[in-house]
Amino acid sequence: MMTNPGNRLTQGQFSFLPDLTDAQITAQIKYALKQGWAIGIEYTDDPHPRNTYWEMFGMPMFDLKDPAGILMEINNCRKTFPNHYVRVTAFDSSQGWETPRMSYIVNRPKKEPGFGLVRQEVDGRQVRYTIHSYATDSPESERY
Amino acid sequence: MSMGEESQPAGPKDLSDDTRVDLEAEFNDSHVKEVLDTLDRELIGLRPVKTRIREIAALLLVDRLRRRYALTAGAPTLHMSFTGNPGTGKTTVALRMAEILHRLGYVREGHLIAVTRDDLVGQYIGHTAPKTKEVIKKAMGGVLFVDEAYYLYKPENERDYGQESIEILLQIMENNRDDLVVILAGYKDKMERFFASNPGMRSRIAHHVDFPDYSALELMAIAKLMLAEQNYGFSPAGEKAFADYIPLRMKLGHFANARSIRNALDRARLRQANRLFAGKHRSLTKRDLMTIEAEDVLASRVFGEGVPDTDPAH
Ligand SMILES: Nc1ncnc2c1ncn2[C@@H]1O[C@H](COP(=O)(O)OP(=O)(O)OP(=O)(O)O)[C@@H](O)[C@H]1O
Ligand SMILES: [Mg+2]
Repeated sequence: MMTNPGNRLTQGQFSFLPDLTDAQITAQIKYALKQGWAIGIEYTDDPHPRNTYWEMFGMPMFDLKDPAGILMEINNCRKTFPNHYVRVTAFDSSQGWETPRMSYIVNRPKKEPGFGLVRQEVDGRQVRYTIHSYATDSPESERY
Repeated sequence: MSMGEESQPAGPKDLSDDTRVDLEAEFNDSHVKEVLDTLDRELIGLRPVKTRIREIAALLLVDRLRRRYALTAGAPTLHMSFTGNPGTGKTTVALRMAEILHRLGYVREGHLIAVTRDDLVGQYIGHTAPKTKEVIKKAMGGVLFVDEAYYLYKPENERDYGQESIEILLQIMENNRDDLVVILAGYKDKMERFFASNPGMRSRIAHHVDFPDYSALELMAIAKLMLAEQNYGFSPAGEKAFADYIPLRMKLGHFANARSIRNALDRARLRQANRLFAGKHRSLTKRDLMTIEAEDVLASRVFGEGVPDTDPAH
């Protein structure tokens, strides 16, 4: 049974929707800026869901008033890594939160091979299951 | 889009050439008048500057209308240069300009980021571009005010990183015209030399505004305004003493127009406090607390030694 046609990565907000347009991304950033959250841009070519820490593209951006500067950086990141996953993260530094409050993908590879299910037989005919990203079979920089 | 949604639905493009256009209503709608009135009220003198700001506001208002009838396309160039001596009100006017641009819909947020060379130029290779871009990102949606812009350009050192910053600014000023407005400020002669050696910069500046020095009378009016803002006032003798102080101070070095006046008043307030404190057995009235007397002004070194006061203790 095909549960995820096209193997689109579904992580973070909006990931079951069609890709966000730049106007929609701008509106989301505007919301985050209004809340006073710092915005970071991150990229990776290892989309395993347990790979929490992606690489940062530049420093997180504090104290901005307008989304245009962030969209500019997103486009720089897309230009540098056209075939990587790129996400935008909004971090809330206020006490009690101190955590990302938003996170969504703004760029994905043209072809996403998806994940395979790996079965490992262990003692007593027990089976352990895990998932494996096909892309990470190739070395870094050749993945997508 | 710098114009926001409000300009979209208002006018079908195929209206006849005789359609009536209500400039008055447009002006009132934009609430620009309040900013211009504040400018008039809060800033003494500066006639030529105020006139130029009004002209620019009128131009933008008409441009906004023309846009509605699809007579203009594309974002107009709004980058400006403010030239004048220190303390002539350049930063203050730039703040108001940001507000005017915001009310007319030419910048989205209307904030002002004021920077100098140190905020834009880095210390080593690879430091400048991120630094300049960081500042630009902060200024987006508003106005980037570069004070003493000519220090970005140091021709005597061909490896100076300032040039890199200039090039990024040039690119942004061209490509992101609806994201931010750049105002370059500084002394007139140095600014002219800067433009002469950076024609790219000159050609991107649409409006040059020159700030004249204040006359002694204007400085007196500024002093009274500053005192009134803080609920102080001169006694008649105090006013006379300050009127004598102004021309003396104007002749000395490091004279910075309205800023020197503000500093002189700060020192007078300090002396007033000391005077009140020294005579503490006397019971004070509210008027005593509000009044700057002649002796508070006359204690300045400008009178005796003919040098500017260095720190407020003197
Ligand atoms: N016309 C004026 N009326 C009242 N106050 C004024 C006027 N011009 C300047 N001031 C006051 O003088 C001070 C200095 O003004 P401002 O910082 O705008 O000068 P500037 O031209 O930017 O100086 P610099 O070139 O040194 O940066 C401010 O406190 C401002 O409020
Ligand atoms: Mg200034």
